[in-house]
Amino acid sequence: MSQTSITVPLPVERHGLSRLSGAVSDTLAMAERNLITYRRVPQLLVFSTIQPVIFVLLFTYVFGGAVSLPGFPYPYVDYLMPGVFVQLTVFGAIAAAVGMASDLKSGLLERLHSLPMAQSAVLAGRTIGDFSRNVFVMVLVTLVGFAVGFRVHTNAVLFLAGIGLVLLFAYSLSWVFAFVGLAVGDPETAQAAAFPILAPLVFASSAFVSTETMPGWLQAFAEHQPVSVTASAVRALSNGGPTASYVLQSLAWVVVIIAVAAPLAVRRYRRAV
Amino acid sequence: MRQNGIAIEVEGLTKRFGSVVALDGIDFQVPTATIFGLLGPNGAGKTTAIRILTTILTPDQGRAEILGHDVVREAEAVRYRIGLAGQFAAVDPNLTGQENLRLVGKLAQMPRQAIGARADELLQLFDLSDAADRPVRTYSGGMRRRLDVAAALVQRPPVLFLDEPTTGLDLQSRNALWDTIRELVSEGTTVLLTTQYLEEADRLANRVAVVDVGKVIAEGTPAELKSNLGDTVIEIGMPGEVEALRAQAALAALNGEPELEGTTLRLSSESPRVLMDMLRTLDGQGLSPSSLTVRDPSLDDVFLALTGHHAEPTTETPGEPAQIGAAR
Repeated sequence: MSQTSITVPLPVERHGLSRLSGAVSDTLAMAERNLITYRRVPQLLVFSTIQPVIFVLLFTYVFGGAVSLPGFPYPYVDYLMPGVFVQLTVFGAIAAAVGMASDLKSGLLERLHSLPMAQSAVLAGRTIGDFSRNVFVMVLVTLVGFAVGFRVHTNAVLFLAGIGLVLLFAYSLSWVFAFVGLAVGDPETAQAAAFPILAPLVFASSAFVSTETMPGWLQAFAEHQPVSVTASAVRALSNGGPTASYVLQSLAWVVVIIAVAAPLAVRRYRRAV
Repeated sequence: MRQNGIAIEVEGLTKRFGSVVALDGIDFQVPTATIFGLLGPNGAGKTTAIRILTTILTPDQGRAEILGHDVVREAEAVRYRIGLAGQFAAVDPNLTGQENLRLVGKLAQMPRQAIGARADELLQLFDLSDAADRPVRTYSGGMRRRLDVAAALVQRPPVLFLDEPTTGLDLQSRNALWDTIRELVSEGTTVLLTTQYLEEADRLANRVAVVDVGKVIAEGTPAELKSNLGDTVIEIGMPGEVEALRAQAALAALNGEPELEGTTLRLSSESPRVLMDMLRTLDGQGLSPSSLTVRDPSLDDVFLALTGHHAEPTTETPGEPAQIGAAR
């Protein structure tokens, strides 16, 4: 460390506790950088907000009257909104795949690899940035929901717990799609690869309609897959009824998804460049 | 750590990707505060070597040290001491130039209060001040490239890796970058750069290693490398293959047999005098050249001399009628 002729103070090497706080500040720097993208490319945010808003309006006014929900005592919009919350975060997760693939392709990951930063901050910054975006979009879509007649029939605490569950679920998906993005390595391909995985999860689910009219084999899938149980959990938290089973199933999915996807993404990141 | 004066030490570095051998045991040393050029065609292993030295890849065999720190076992210590500008402009297109440099400064663990001033200084140095607050996606290719090199300098790394730094730069920016590099070196920075251009290595590097298929096939000062070739390369294009063969035979007696490629004869020599002898000989045989080129040796010539093959698959220089029509 006896470098001479350096006029700017040398970077300070981190040890012990300062490593941990360093990892946090690196993660925040990366998350901030990912959020700036939304400010610079507003169409990204517009897409991820307009689309769910359109879903809310379309499903409420177009399909609302036609959808039959046996035994559901409230207007369709109260059934719909929890589904929209889950749906918007699921489609929003594609951004993680596109983002990681772009960074890989542009060579940015290579530069980050050569910097004395906490390497965990690259993936953590990505997923945490997406989390912040989801919070924003969720608030906006909730307001639109209230405007078209959505009502919470339990209480604010349970409803917010439901929103928290969706955000947690979305966070787990960010890891899946960060992995997908690193694996395919190209933003367009990442986008193309993500949609076919997501569409059946969102539509073959109880997010928008009751699963009862689906064929038997599909029902089995539709009732237990993560989008459905999370939507059902939020629905129970917002409309009342037995919640524990759905919430636990949803949390179980979150744990399983993170336990599988996070190590895969980390390993892929290490070998990516 | 500087007592031995060696900033970069590479010994027996090997790297395979599946069945492809990218590095086949390379060795070299770079003294502190000098510029070392890795010279070679695409796919020679230059970039792989840089990736290993910047801790991005781990080698299969061999070892490398940066300022006394092993690139595998002490990767983090190495990362505190290096700057990298890779082959692609590794900057975020959605951030401004200023934001990109600040991000690198933060992640390089620079003291917060020093980052902003350093970013401004570099934007100025690389002639990007006017574009500092514009998203990088509005930049031209050359501007991105300059920002990328600037990003490698943010934390004033004592060892700098530049992978084909001037690719995509116009002449003026290239000269400016060369000046910047020389200045850094005069202040004590060690630079390892890769290039496909002999001229660049010649103008910048104190020492050069020529790399081909993962091996160092020659090492020395640029002048040493070129002197092995002679000072001048003479190329004589003949109107047809028959004439070319006759000319080759006739010239063989003069100064060693010239190399024949298509209908072009190539010879390197120390003295332009040889040219006069050659033309006289050809004239004596009733042969008249269809084109004539006298030039400085290029990387391609170094390659031809060292390996017997071209540096690049297609190296025809436009404007030589005899070659344009030649069958490939």
